[in-house]
Amino acid sequence: MQQEDKTGQSDSGNVVKITKTLTIPKLFIRQAEKLGKDTVAMREKEFGIWRPITWQQYLENVRQIALGLISLGLKDGDKVCMIGTNRPEGLWAEMAAMCARGIGVWLFQDCLIDEVKYIVDHSDSRFLFAESQEEVDKALSIINECPKLEKIIWDDPKGMRNYTEDCLISLKNLQALGKELDKNHPRLFEEMIHKGYGEETALLFYTSGTTALPKGALLSHYNMLTMGRNLMAVDPCFKTDDYASYLPFAWIGEQMMSISCGLQIGFTINFPESIETSQANIREIGPHVMFAPPRMYEQMTRTVQVKNLDSTWFKRICYNLAAKIGYHVADLKFKKKSVPFYWKILEFMAYAGVQKKLKDNLGLSRIRNAYTGGAAMGPDHFRFFHALGVNLKQIYGQTEVAGISVVHKTNDIKFDTVGSPIPETEVKITEDGEIITKSPSVFQGYYKNPEATKNTLVDGWLYSGDKGFIDDDGHLVVFDRSKDVMTLTDGKPFAPQYLETRLKFSPYIKDSWVIGDNLDYLTAVICIDYSVVGKWADEKKLTYTSYHELSQQMQIYDLIEKQIRHANKDLPPAAKLKKFINLYKELDADDDELTRTRKLRRAFVLTRYQQIVDALYSEADFVHIDTTISYEDGRKAHIKTDLHICKIMD
Amino acid sequence: MVATHRIKEGDVLLELKNIHMFFGKVCALSDINLNVRKGEIHSIIGPNGAGKTVMMNIINGLYHPQKGSIYYKGQKINKLRPYQRAKLGMARTFQKVEVFGGMTVLDNIRLGRHIHLKSGIISGSLYIGKTAREEIEHRAFIEEEIIDLLEIEHIRNKPVGMLPYGLQKRVELGRALALEPELLILDEPLAGLNLEEVEDMARFIIDINEEKNWRVTCLLVEHDMGVVMDLSDHVLAINFGNTVVDGTPEEVQNNPEVIRAYLGEEDLYATRR
Repeated sequence: MQQEDKTGQSDSGNVVKITKTLTIPKLFIRQAEKLGKDTVAMREKEFGIWRPITWQQYLENVRQIALGLISLGLKDGDKVCMIGTNRPEGLWAEMAAMCARGIGVWLFQDCLIDEVKYIVDHSDSRFLFAESQEEVDKALSIINECPKLEKIIWDDPKGMRNYTEDCLISLKNLQALGKELDKNHPRLFEEMIHKGYGEETALLFYTSGTTALPKGALLSHYNMLTMGRNLMAVDPCFKTDDYASYLPFAWIGEQMMSISCGLQIGFTINFPESIETSQANIREIGPHVMFAPPRMYEQMTRTVQVKNLDSTWFKRICYNLAAKIGYHVADLKFKKKSVPFYWKILEFMAYAGVQKKLKDNLGLSRIRNAYTGGAAMGPDHFRFFHALGVNLKQIYGQTEVAGISVVHKTNDIKFDTVGSPIPETEVKITEDGEIITKSPSVFQGYYKNPEATKNTLVDGWLYSGDKGFIDDDGHLVVFDRSKDVMTLTDGKPFAPQYLETRLKFSPYIKDSWVIGDNLDYLTAVICIDYSVVGKWADEKKLTYTSYHELSQQMQIYDLIEKQIRHANKDLPPAAKLKKFINLYKELDADDDELTRTRKLRRAFVLTRYQQIVDALYSEADFVHIDTTISYEDGRKAHIKTDLHICKIMD
Repeated sequence: MVATHRIKEGDVLLELKNIHMFFGKVCALSDINLNVRKGEIHSIIGPNGAGKTVMMNIINGLYHPQKGSIYYKGQKINKLRPYQRAKLGMARTFQKVEVFGGMTVLDNIRLGRHIHLKSGIISGSLYIGKTAREEIEHRAFIEEEIIDLLEIEHIRNKPVGMLPYGLQKRVELGRALALEPELLILDEPLAGLNLEEVEDMARFIIDINEEKNWRVTCLLVEHDMGVVMDLSDHVLAINFGNTVVDGTPEEVQNNPEVIRAYLGEEDLYATRR
């Protein structure tokens, strides 16, 4: 670690100077020429082997794709959509779009057709990079309704043999077109890049929006590059680092790491073989930095808890002992107290005996900084990772600042805050308690939405719509979305997310929704974790055939009640949950109940499940449900059932 | 590949001529004729006990018919044993999966590659030179053509016995493909699968049949009529060991006898859509 820091210092010594003329493509060319054919820019696991792609190959591919787009008629400022999983070709396409002076727009891979249609149409995209047959099918089904869309480019030939539509072109053919153009105009690529300047729009990001239709945030090259610089001023990254890219490119956090930071420092980006193998592939890589939304960390916690419950008694004892030591040391560090030497010895033993292996299994063996952001994370999860010796930090940011504005600094971590502002960033609280931000990374405005831009951008300040305050140590505390903050019976404001994340610390609970704004007491709607609870039920020899049937079993209600009692502990009486209900299905982004980044859309679920909410606040023990649900494959099923309401006794 | 004389697309690859099969006094098949042409998907349908699996076992060489002849690429193969037929380019999967549960997915598929290995025991145990190269070539084939096609990257190194049934079926298909067969016999590949797995499997069958690296002729035994009618070029319907009709999916669907024997019964018209 010491050694690494030293080499890193010299690396980060020649940090890129970001001027108003510098663009991402200019920096890209400079880096590619400097790092050339000896440095690995990215790796992809394919056919079971990690295959390196050097900076020279990266440049070569981007050059061909960019010129290919030009041959297809791309003009300055044209939008280019991209949809698909994380893979080198996706990043090439994005970089090529920027090099050809277009604007990149990423779509979430699991977007439904309506969402794809909305974004492609709203962004006026002329070109769309699809990965495989699945994305091509989506694109073909909307092309008639999106008259501006001209060409669909695909790169995975599997299943594409019978597609003859004129609007389709394979990435290979596009690259061939680019090569042809390059032969005739050898300087064209450099000339295009030379024309760019920092204030131009580089990327257009559609925010997931918990309340309304997605809005397109315009980000300039300057926004993106200053973002990377300011984040790395706090936590330097090094050329020798490995980074695993497996979260959607449509999420700003992934862009911040892969483009803003990755390009400036030149670390290696690793792409897993498939979505299913990502956890195993990350373990093989052992990344140095990681930025993921809380659900990834929640999933890891759940895995550890469940595996621990499953293991032998001896392993359980070892784990519990190591956890105890870990928690104690972590708490000392949180309180900024020094760790006595005998605790240091114990900590080392816990590390050598348990934590080292555990971290390796989670792919965290080499992690220097792990960030979480995008939604609230519970203190329980936070302490869990610090007890493991993982330097987990909260960040706060949004698409509109090209990533983040606030982060925890090493050795200054408080798990109820999100840290302090990064350099060149000012964070203030308005009189109504709204968090506002000013930095060079604040976006240019919403695309084709002056109304929203006017409300969000005032005198260079970004109005976030989040409530919070700055504590005595200068740390920002984010309360919740303004509209989501509740008032309890005792008149105190209360953030439901706090309780929800607390509930989610239980491995049996996948999602929760806490209700009680201006009502007599708090209640919760719980979505059980099908696999974990299912396994528990198998061991208890309970029979069930579906999620719905399992969720309504009395034993499961008892199990969940136990979890809620645990979460209720240490809470003031007004903030304790009084009743709960197990929902008959999981909350799903396809049903609009969650955003694509899995944030709960409260207003929507409130109207959708009004009947359940009413029942929770009546004397009823049951609520009768008669509804239709649609499966992912389009089938519909009629559900007629009584959901049990469980009271939690004190 | 085993050297046999080449036949063109559309020529008869497998021919069953007047096949009779008895078990004691029970007549399982009587006077069955079948022509499978190269490049097509030929399905066999029929109610339970109609004799479909018996037919598969006859083609495969597990059973030997008392009367009639089987021709593969014009060559009479009545007397050949199953492994000899496999060498000619025939592979099959089973109604109830027959995989090696204790072995990993990769090892199961590798096993199917066995007939293509040329190295002997001694050079194999030393693993040098040509043998190592051969092994690498075969591994590359398995990775690029089979594991990638069937999307089983994530279970490559898992023991097959631990996997859900749907994935075991996929592994079995992978093992059959490792033989690089010209004719693939699929005995109820969709039985016991859920809707999503059925869709995946149907897609794999189409891929194997149409993808230019594969172009495998498929003989399909299946109960899921929706899939059979969508996928097949020809369908043979049998009942109580007798041919009911042999023709295109439309002809078979409209045949009154088939409707009476099979399709007409609502319960048996077991399509999942």
